[in-house]
Amino acid sequence: MNTDDSSWWPMGDGVLCNAASQTYPSCNTFTHALSFFNKIEGSQATARQTAELLRSVISQQRVPYTNQAGALIDAVKAIGEQLIAANPVELAVGNIVRRVLHIIREEDLSLTTAAIGGLNLSAVSDDENDDDRDGDSTLSAAAVAAAARSTLRPPSLQTLLEDTPVSAAVPQTSSSGGDSEGKSKFSFTAADKSSRSRKLKHDVIEAVNELIQDIVTCHEQIAEQAVEHIHQNEVILTLGSSRTVLEFLFAAKEKKRSFRVFVAEGAPRYQGHLLAKELVARGLQTTLITDSAVFAMISRVNMVIVGAHAVMANGGVIAPVGMNLVALAAQKHAVPFVVLAGSHKLCPLYPHNPEVLLNELRSPSELLDFGEFSDCMDFGSGSGSPLLHVVNPAFDYVPPKLVSLFITDAGGHNPSYMYRLIADYYSADDLVVQRRATAGN
Amino acid sequence: MGAQKKRAAAAAAAARVSEDPDDLARQPLQAILLADSFTTKFRPITLERPKVLLPLVNVPMINYTLAWLEAAGVAEVFVFCCAHSKQVIDYLENSEWFSQPNFTVKTIESHNIISAGDALRLIYEQNVIHGDFVLISGDTVSNMSLTQALQEHKERKKKDNNAVMTMIIKKSKPSPITRQSRLGTDELFMAIDPNTKQLLYYEDKADHSKGTICLDKMLLAENPSISLHNDKQDCYIDICSPEVLSLFTDNFDYQHLRRHFVKGLLLDDIMGYKIFTHEIHSSYAARIDNYRSYDIVSKDIIQRWTYPYVPDVKFCGNRATKLERRGMYRALEIEQSRSAQVGSFTVIGYGTKIGSNSKISDSVIGEGCTIGSNVLIEGSYIWDNVIIEDGCELRHVIVCDGVIMKAGAVLKPGVVLSFKVVIGERFVVPAYSKVSLLQQPTVHDSDEELEYADNSSGTVEFSSIQGTADQSNGEMTSESSEAHKPKLGTGGVGYIWSICEGGQEEEWRHSVAPIPEDKLTELSEAMDDDQELVTQDRTALSTSGELISDSNASEGDDNEDSKDDSVYFEKEVEATFLRAVEENVKVDHVILEVNSLRLSYNMTSADCAGAVFYSMMKLAIKTPHSSASELQQNTANIITTWQKLLKSYLLEIDEEIEIILKFEEMCLESAKEFSPLFARILHILYDKDILQEDAILRWADEKEGADESDKVFVRQSEKFIQWLREASEEED
Repeated sequence: MNTDDSSWWPMGDGVLCNAASQTYPSCNTFTHALSFFNKIEGSQATARQTAELLRSVISQQRVPYTNQAGALIDAVKAIGEQLIAANPVELAVGNIVRRVLHIIREEDLSLTTAAIGGLNLSAVSDDENDDDRDGDSTLSAAAVAAAARSTLRPPSLQTLLEDTPVSAAVPQTSSSGGDSEGKSKFSFTAADKSSRSRKLKHDVIEAVNELIQDIVTCHEQIAEQAVEHIHQNEVILTLGSSRTVLEFLFAAKEKKRSFRVFVAEGAPRYQGHLLAKELVARGLQTTLITDSAVFAMISRVNMVIVGAHAVMANGGVIAPVGMNLVALAAQKHAVPFVVLAGSHKLCPLYPHNPEVLLNELRSPSELLDFGEFSDCMDFGSGSGSPLLHVVNPAFDYVPPKLVSLFITDAGGHNPSYMYRLIADYYSADDLVVQRRATAGN
Repeated sequence: MGAQKKRAAAAAAAARVSEDPDDLARQPLQAILLADSFTTKFRPITLERPKVLLPLVNVPMINYTLAWLEAAGVAEVFVFCCAHSKQVIDYLENSEWFSQPNFTVKTIESHNIISAGDALRLIYEQNVIHGDFVLISGDTVSNMSLTQALQEHKERKKKDNNAVMTMIIKKSKPSPITRQSRLGTDELFMAIDPNTKQLLYYEDKADHSKGTICLDKMLLAENPSISLHNDKQDCYIDICSPEVLSLFTDNFDYQHLRRHFVKGLLLDDIMGYKIFTHEIHSSYAARIDNYRSYDIVSKDIIQRWTYPYVPDVKFCGNRATKLERRGMYRALEIEQSRSAQVGSFTVIGYGTKIGSNSKISDSVIGEGCTIGSNVLIEGSYIWDNVIIEDGCELRHVIVCDGVIMKAGAVLKPGVVLSFKVVIGERFVVPAYSKVSLLQQPTVHDSDEELEYADNSSGTVEFSSIQGTADQSNGEMTSESSEAHKPKLGTGGVGYIWSICEGGQEEEWRHSVAPIPEDKLTELSEAMDDDQELVTQDRTALSTSGELISDSNASEGDDNEDSKDDSVYFEKEVEATFLRAVEENVKVDHVILEVNSLRLSYNMTSADCAGAVFYSMMKLAIKTPHSSASELQQNTANIITTWQKLLKSYLLEIDEEIEIILKFEEMCLESAKEFSPLFARILHILYDKDILQEDAILRWADEKEGADESDKVFVRQSEKFIQWLREASEEED
């Protein structure tokens, strides 16, 4: 965000450490903003806002001398939990929180590795602990061992498996190495430490900045690949409106590809109408059809290109309602079904996880006019229970077997490859973002 | 330098261009939220807690209003607190509303305010409203976007400085049987100019028994087009210009926003202030005015019409709730027995326990409730921390915080249990009763508007009772159980409020329970009767109308009105005449009085003649008499004394015919004693020069073609008519 942050952010780590019990004005604003406006701005903007908020959280967080990563993780988790609870439907929020947590862990790991590289190995054997529990640090034996291993090997599946949660692992090791020899043998000086702490924070913020940059540019990165997929004189079908799809089609158009687009209107919000307008404004030959005409038209289509609300870990897609219909039609006629999704839409959860809220029921007023039907909803007479129910789900789930290809900012992928991408972006500890009751201090 | 200058000029130009939109943006939108409805419809609950803090689907009502105001872009809200102001202020201080950036909530407190008008006058005095503002009451639920309405308002204001208010309306059909809207308010009639959307007429208390509404004919004369609606719902969201506040101050007798202010502006064409409407289509807005609208709006929220203000979206610190299949909303930490059946469209609050074999449907259960086994809850609203023991039955009721229902108690539809009431074992609370720990205020003023005068004393009374209840709870229970054992069963605590006289009618109209079948059939029968009556009226009218004169027999509606009026008019004239006879008033004065009546009722002189004659005949028949001849004598006397009065209205021959017809009608219906004397009295009238022979002959001619039954009197006076005809022939 901008410089305003500091004005509404309460300073002092005391506040942040008791995050759960405190209310954050800025966080509240943000959750308010999220719950009200994410529908308008889309998940990209939400993701960016989340990342920016977390960056400001990290930059305002006062890190203790030791276990800095743990403190940062706690702070991020505390905020993240509130953010996710504020709008469980927008999975991008959770994704970004987990990405930031992963970044902190990675940076911490690489710093530790670097430290070890510069360390006299004898220092490792000295247990740096003192009786004060605050004295425990990331340089516990286990962590160092892990770090030492990771200097030899690049981060891999094995690291992911062996890397224990920092805050859980550290108190254990510190209590086991109970004897305290004082700090005299400890090889770091205070100055070293503070510079290190600044370095960690600095690195994390740098990495988060990169993440924000990625989110901002994801449309362009996806759109760059457009020419590889859209060929001359092809017919493309899309449903509803997605900015990613729009940019993708524009990019192909700019590269002088000539093709036609069928737009299914995307009831009940009819965002397809807006998409058609914008496409026509850019000089693309566009045909608008109803959602129910998709099956009739699919035989003339060369490729279906759609956006997504979220991509789950199994390669399944949560997409605007009606998408499953399109996917089934495409499968029937062997038309490639291509899903465009920025990496912030990649969700490490499986659709069967209980914390995944698959759907959102929106207002029935999108379907029918309240005034016309108000006599059907007069509960004054009759049994008092409504006879007319109007259900307006926002999303559809498209199973992975119906998806031919995912195009993310990292390139094109098969649905079965999604889990691998997710392993790159998230660490397994963060899948459930929930602060432990007693974390570190 | 040149570039700099250019830039400055461009900036200035931009500033000039963007002045207007900038103005719109820069002037922060303000709102006045009345945290008091100044009514007593929610009594007895509102004796203990202000209406705006009552939970609506487990969230205090005011939160819906504030959340909407914030989302609609309002920057500053003045919450006007009156009744239980301390509770409202305490609540707001502990809520998150005071800590929002870009959204300030300020409270204004006053205790001696008894109406919305007073509140607005007070706010005007405080001089805090600087521009256009939203006027809303704290019990309104909406999700509409204000942008368009606000823009329309501002544009109109720019063109016409007198457009002071924009009223938000929404289409919603009233029930054809009960003649009330789905929100339980009376059917609302509005006349709107379809082009400008100006509100021309507003009537929410139309007299349904008459089946008519009266429009000022100037409305039709002045406006080229006008559309009359009964399917619009007033959302009670108004966008007002600052003038509205000063208008309230100028007209210190304005109390009610609609009844006085809106109608006052519409009627008063001197200042020329105008009210416009803005209709919303896809978004939702409704005000909770009574128990029925509480029920309906709750159901609308559960059905998600108010999205995003629904239980499973966090909008104002409501507890995390999950929406499950079939519209079940469940908060966390619910203990539910495996055999309990929770039906569709229910909301279950945090930490509630539900016992085995209990059935819950279409209901809202608050937080921390304990529901025993074999309990039946249907269409009910149960607030927080309620204990319902085994085997209770609740259908369409409202149960407030802390109520205890002992095993086997039954609440019939429409019951309202106020805070902390205890219902004894197996006790059956009769339908539509209201039970409270507080005794019913003894003075029950039927005028709900001004009744809040005793409100402050009500709170004081409450606190004292609360005090004693807290101090000596045991004593209180024993005492009250002693005193009210027959009332609420063994161990029951509380008073059943007696339903005030004439209130029975209102109870079923406004309660949470659906209108019972028998009432509905009763109503629809009554309506059929009404229609028959109307049609009968019409036929009767049209036949007689042809007879009377061919002036305005065509316009049905008009005729109905004028018929009503003429009945009143006749009565007035009769009263005047009788008084004149009793007090020996001079004839001239009587003429003057009848003339003024004629003007005020907008009658013709034929009507006057008819009415005067009618009263004279009535007097004649009332004067004691033993035989027909005596009656004839009396009549003759009266006619002689008052002939001057009668003659002053007999300017044309039509009026004389009117008298004959009137007389005929009387002989047939109200004064049958005259029927044998018809011909003789006709003769007297002729003798006294009241009737001319032309009139009588014309009457006879007209009757020529009529039915046999109508010709009774013509035949009776055949000789007389014959004689008249011969006389005229001779003259010729």
